[in-house]
Amino acid sequence: MENLIALLIAAPLLGAAVLLCGGRRLDRTGHWIGTLLAGASFVVGVVLFTDMLGRGAEDRTLHQRLFSWIPVEGFQADVAFQLDQLSMTFVLLITGVGTLIHIYSIGYMEHDERRRRFFGYLNLFLAAMLLLVIADNYLLLYVGWEGVGLASYLLIGFWQHKPSAATAAKKAFLVNRVGDMGLSIAIMLMFTTFGTFAFGPVLGSTGETSEGKLTAIGLMLLLAACGKSAQVPLQSWLGDAMEGPTPVSALIHAATMVTAGVYLIVRSGAIFDGAPDAQLAVVVVGAVTLLFGAIVGCAKDDIKKALAGSTMSQIGYMILAAGLGPVGYVFAIMHLVTHGFFKAGLFLGAGSVMHGMNDEVDMRKYGGLRKYMPVTFVTFGLGYLAIIGFPGLSGFFSKDKIIEAAFAKGGTEGWILGSVALLGAAITAFYMTRVMLLTFFGEERWRHAATPSPAEPDVEPAAETGGDHSEPHPHESPRSMTVPMIVLAFGSVFAGGFFSIGDRFLHWLEPVTGHDHGHAPVSATTVTAATMVVLVVGVAIAWAMYGRRPVPAVAPRGSLLTRAARRDLLQDDFNHVVLVRGGEHLTRSLVYVDHTLVDGVVNGTAASMGGLSGRLRTLQNGYARSYAVSMFGGAVVLIAATLLMRAV
Amino acid sequence: MNPVNYLYLAALLFTIGASGVLIRRNAIVVFMCIELMLNACNLAFVAFSRMHGNLDGQIIAFFTMVVAAAEVVVGLAIIVSLFRSRHSASVDDASLMKL
Repeated sequence: MENLIALLIAAPLLGAAVLLCGGRRLDRTGHWIGTLLAGASFVVGVVLFTDMLGRGAEDRTLHQRLFSWIPVEGFQADVAFQLDQLSMTFVLLITGVGTLIHIYSIGYMEHDERRRRFFGYLNLFLAAMLLLVIADNYLLLYVGWEGVGLASYLLIGFWQHKPSAATAAKKAFLVNRVGDMGLSIAIMLMFTTFGTFAFGPVLGSTGETSEGKLTAIGLMLLLAACGKSAQVPLQSWLGDAMEGPTPVSALIHAATMVTAGVYLIVRSGAIFDGAPDAQLAVVVVGAVTLLFGAIVGCAKDDIKKALAGSTMSQIGYMILAAGLGPVGYVFAIMHLVTHGFFKAGLFLGAGSVMHGMNDEVDMRKYGGLRKYMPVTFVTFGLGYLAIIGFPGLSGFFSKDKIIEAAFAKGGTEGWILGSVALLGAAITAFYMTRVMLLTFFGEERWRHAATPSPAEPDVEPAAETGGDHSEPHPHESPRSMTVPMIVLAFGSVFAGGFFSIGDRFLHWLEPVTGHDHGHAPVSATTVTAATMVVLVVGVAIAWAMYGRRPVPAVAPRGSLLTRAARRDLLQDDFNHVVLVRGGEHLTRSLVYVDHTLVDGVVNGTAASMGGLSGRLRTLQNGYARSYAVSMFGGAVVLIAATLLMRAV
Repeated sequence: MNPVNYLYLAALLFTIGASGVLIRRNAIVVFMCIELMLNACNLAFVAFSRMHGNLDGQIIAFFTMVVAAAEVVVGLAIIVSLFRSRHSASVDDASLMKL
């Protein structure tokens, strides 16, 4: 069975190689090859999963060592895999959702002439992401980590002829580098501390290591997670990443890649358990991002950016749970999986809407689409109910557990975190209801939005949205797009219940992550009731604002907070002022120092040498007698000095 | 006679030769002054040889004479060819070797 593990990665890697090197002759069949190989990887995953289920909880972990990567005295890096319950969960999520999104992309990218390349990149992403989750040491994980960053870059900038897409790709890459630096420093620290970076020895010997070192490693890992998972303060790239094709947003920027940070923290749980300060930082980052993303999600009119804000916020929940320690690890992963289902479903739904609406993304130009796109409406609606935590659906179970775990942290901290999580749930209900109402209900604003009226200011130039000015004819998407949406909707509805009944998920992951029930100051029923109340409040406010009265097709000016949230709570302005301007000032002052001080010393030395030699040159005048004078003078001085020395 | 007096004479001759080299412009005279300095040295060598009672100084004086004879051959040849090309034996006129 161990030998199958490498096959998981080999299939999509082969697909990427074939599709990217195959050239134009694969244009007709390329998408089928890519989808088949993704599916093959999923099948291998399922085979491994059934095999794993057949064994006892204690000996479920599989190891496969392929070859020694860097064999140096005192530094051993292997290409070796470790498949335990945690990795298995990710493998199934990545290959499962990945395959569905491959199928969806066949329809979505039908008219794109670079479809083969797109599938090549998608396969490359799958291979890198699988490498990330089944590596058995941090160095190999880092390879996968960089690989998904590369695939993300290539796919965000897939429509590179749009300057905005090219810029967004560059931005994502650059911001991710900051996080990647954290990971590389963490790995170096691990090597100096433990002498190795394999999971087993590192995580097994945290008990004997000083807390200071663990805190340093933990904080660096957190920085890495912030970059990859778009957490404050490295969150700014995710909104712009929506420039990529929608299947990419669904797969990479909602379901899988952005959750890599959560995986990293849960995987390194032993390090964080030994470093309470680092854990506190994780919790704070999670809580801040959870509110940040939710607030941004409320103000965006671009459907994909609203969903991106929501993704940020939901990953904030996961990071929060992961920072709670053994109380929360399992629930972080559970929310990650259910989120993978419903958020991928929501993004695919958004893509389906855009597909039928001439690639229009402004929700204010949607409205009343439920009649025209029934399948999209139902699947999107189920995803919506799941994400806001409607009782019985996936999000209800997983989010509720996280809120409970936050309260179970205990003390004032527990109360603050619990309240933040509850507030986040209310805002989630608000912004998702808003998306739902703007898109599928209300009057059909796209009808008159298409006729240009002189009163309408030119707020949305056509070139930016990519749409044309002819009136859209909303229609349901082809079967290849609706089937994945239906499957994901099933997952959104039933996954949470399936995991929670009899604590199946808890027992499945407990041997890897450990679990601790904590001591909640309030009972689980109270938390559930409170969640329900905030849910109803959130939905009601959204209904009052967007359901009851007609929505203007042009966004009103809005309050100060709304305007700030539309600009992503000024994150880019902050980065610009602090990092760009600050960096410019720093470089400018460094250049000044270089010009005046360093160059001054160098040029001064050269100039004084030049001046000195210019003076010395005049001594060589060609007169033999003056040379003779200097020779005699020298001889006299020498003799005088000798006599003087002898006299002394 | 006290050999120290010969040393005084040698010093006097050397000084005359040195000032001649520095002051006179005619190449022949400068050359003669150089010979004068060499012979002042020879005189000092012989005087020291006498004072110390060994022959080392005498032998070195012979060496000096041989070297001086060779030098005269080369030096006079240079001065003659210089005079032929420039019609002057002034050392100051031959000041081309400068920057």
